[in-house]
Amino acid sequence: MQSSHAVTIAGVHKHFGSLHALRGVDLHIEQGEFFALLGPNGAGKSTLINILAGLIKPDAGNIAVMGHDVVTQYRRARQLLGVVPQELVFDPFFNVREMLRFQAGYFGRGPENDVWVDEILEGLGLADKASTNMRKLSGGMKRRALIAQALAHRPPVIVLDEPTAGVDVELRQMLWEFIKKLNREGHTIILTTHYLEEAEALCHRVAMMKAGQIVALDSTANLLNKFAGKSLRLTLGEVVLPIEIQDLVRHQEAGIFTFALSDMAQIEFVLAALRSQNIKVIDMQLNEADLEDVFLSLVGKTE
Amino acid sequence: MKNIINSQWRGPWTLLKKELVRFWRVAFQTVAAPVITALLYLLIFSHVLESHVQVYDGVPYTAFLIPGLIMMSVLQNAFANSSSSIIQSKVMGNIVFVLLTPLTHMQFFSAFLIAAIIRGLVVGLCIYLGAMWFVDLQMAHPVYIFAFALLGSALLGTFGIIAGIWADRFDQMAAFQNFVIMPLSFLSGVFYSIHSLPPFWQKVSQLNPFFYMIDGFRYGFFGKGDVSPLISLSIVGVSFLLLAWITLKMLKSGYKLRT
Repeated sequence: MQSSHAVTIAGVHKHFGSLHALRGVDLHIEQGEFFALLGPNGAGKSTLINILAGLIKPDAGNIAVMGHDVVTQYRRARQLLGVVPQELVFDPFFNVREMLRFQAGYFGRGPENDVWVDEILEGLGLADKASTNMRKLSGGMKRRALIAQALAHRPPVIVLDEPTAGVDVELRQMLWEFIKKLNREGHTIILTTHYLEEAEALCHRVAMMKAGQIVALDSTANLLNKFAGKSLRLTLGEVVLPIEIQDLVRHQEAGIFTFALSDMAQIEFVLAALRSQNIKVIDMQLNEADLEDVFLSLVGKTE
Repeated sequence: MKNIINSQWRGPWTLLKKELVRFWRVAFQTVAAPVITALLYLLIFSHVLESHVQVYDGVPYTAFLIPGLIMMSVLQNAFANSSSSIIQSKVMGNIVFVLLTPLTHMQFFSAFLIAAIIRGLVVGLCIYLGAMWFVDLQMAHPVYIFAFALLGSALLGTFGIIAGIWADRFDQMAAFQNFVIMPLSFLSGVFYSIHSLPPFWQKVSQLNPFFYMIDGFRYGFFGKGDVSPLISLSIVGVSFLLLAWITLKMLKSGYKLRT
C-alpha cells in the first residue's frame, strides 16, 4: 500500500543506556516536500534518521516510508529510500562507477540502470572521475560520490544527513542545484544541516528538535513570522528612549538600538514615540529575521 | 550472465560479485601468498622428513603431507576472506552501504559464505597444481575430496563471518586468527597422524573439528584415515549447520551491526 506521506513517524522512542535519545517523536513528511530537520548536536536528528534507514531499531513507535514499515516491511521501505550518511565513508577497492553499479545492484537494478548512473555522474560533476579509485578522490569529490551512491537506485525519498559539512561554497551551490532539480522532478528530500541559511533557502517545512523531541514544526515562512518577526536597527546617539518603546529593545550598544518587531505597523509606533521626544534618527536599517533567530529562540544558544 | 539474473537475485549476486572482485583485485596477497607459503612448507618438510617418517604403509611422507597442507590453506583462506572483508568494512564504515539495502540476512550470509568458499577452493586448487611438481597424487575418492573441501571452507567461511561481526578492531581479529585458527589448524594432524600422539593428545585432537576436516579430506586421496570419513563428514556437516544457525541469528538480530 502506497501512502500519501513520504515518511510517517509515530511515537518513536529510543534509549541508549540511561540516555532517552528520542522521546516520542511524531512527524509526517509529504511526498515531494523539501523538508529540514534542525537541532543542536545531541538533539536526536541522526538517531531518527538512522531508525528511518534501518541502522538503529526503535524501542517503541513506528516509522514508515510511503506506507511501508521500516522494521516489518524493511525490504520495500529501503527500496524507496536513499540515505547519504554523515561520515565520509568509502570502499577503497573500487572506482566511482563500480561503486555506483554495485550499489544499484544491491537494490536489484542491473545494466538498464547505467543511463541513470551516467546522469548522476554528470549532474554531480563526477563524470571525469568515474574511473578513479575512491581512495584517490579529494574530500569534496568523495562527498559527491557518497551522494551519488544514495541516488544510484533512484529512490523517491532521499535523506541527506549533514551533506555539506566541510564542503566549500562552490561545491555546496552545485550540490544544492542538483538536489533542487531532483526535488522539482518529484523526489522527496529530507535534510539535516547545521547551515540554517540553507534550510531557509531550500526547505518548504522545518522541524526543530531539542533533547529528543520536536519543539517546532511548521512551514519555513510561518516559523519566521511566528517566532522571529523583524528587527529595526536605529542609530540615535546617547539618548534616553521613551518608556513605551523600551520593552521592544533587544540590544543596545554605542547609541545603536535594535528593536524586535512582530509586524511592520510597529515601525511607525517606534518612530512616532521618538518624534514625540524630539529624538533624531541618524541611521535606520530594517532586517528580516532568519531561521537562526527562530532556532536560538527555541533551542537556546547551545551550539 | 547479465540477462539470466533477474532483479530478485541481483542483490545477493551483486554482493557476491563485489566480494569476489575484492579478493581478486589483491590476488597477490589473497591467493599467491598462501600458495607460496604452503609450497614452502611442502618443500622444507618433505625434504627433511621424507626418509624418516612414514605414516601410512605405501604412502610417501610428501604425499601424506600434501592433502593436509591443501586443506589447512583452504580453511585458513576461507576464514580470512569473510572475516577480513567484514572487519575492514566495519572499521572503514563502508558496511553502511550494504546495511542500507533491502538484502535479507540470508542473502548477506550466502554472499559472504560463497565468496569465502570460492577463495578457499581457488587457493586449494592452486596448491594442488603446484604440489604436482613434487609427487604424483592419487585420488581414491574424489567425492570425499570435494565434499570435505566444500564443507570445510563453508564452516570456516561461516566462522569468519561470526569473527568479523564480533570483532570491533583489527587487533581483536588478529587475536582470533593467532589464538584460535592457527592452533586449531596446526594441531589437527596436518603434519602427522594422531595415532603417533600419546593417548591424552589423541583425545584432545578428537575435540578439534579441524582434525575431522583434514582427516576426511586426506581419506579422499588415499582411502585411509584415522577416523571413518562418514563420521568426519557428519561432524563437519553438523558443525557447519550449527555455526550457520548462530550466524543467521546474529545477522537477523542485527548484533553489532544494527544497534
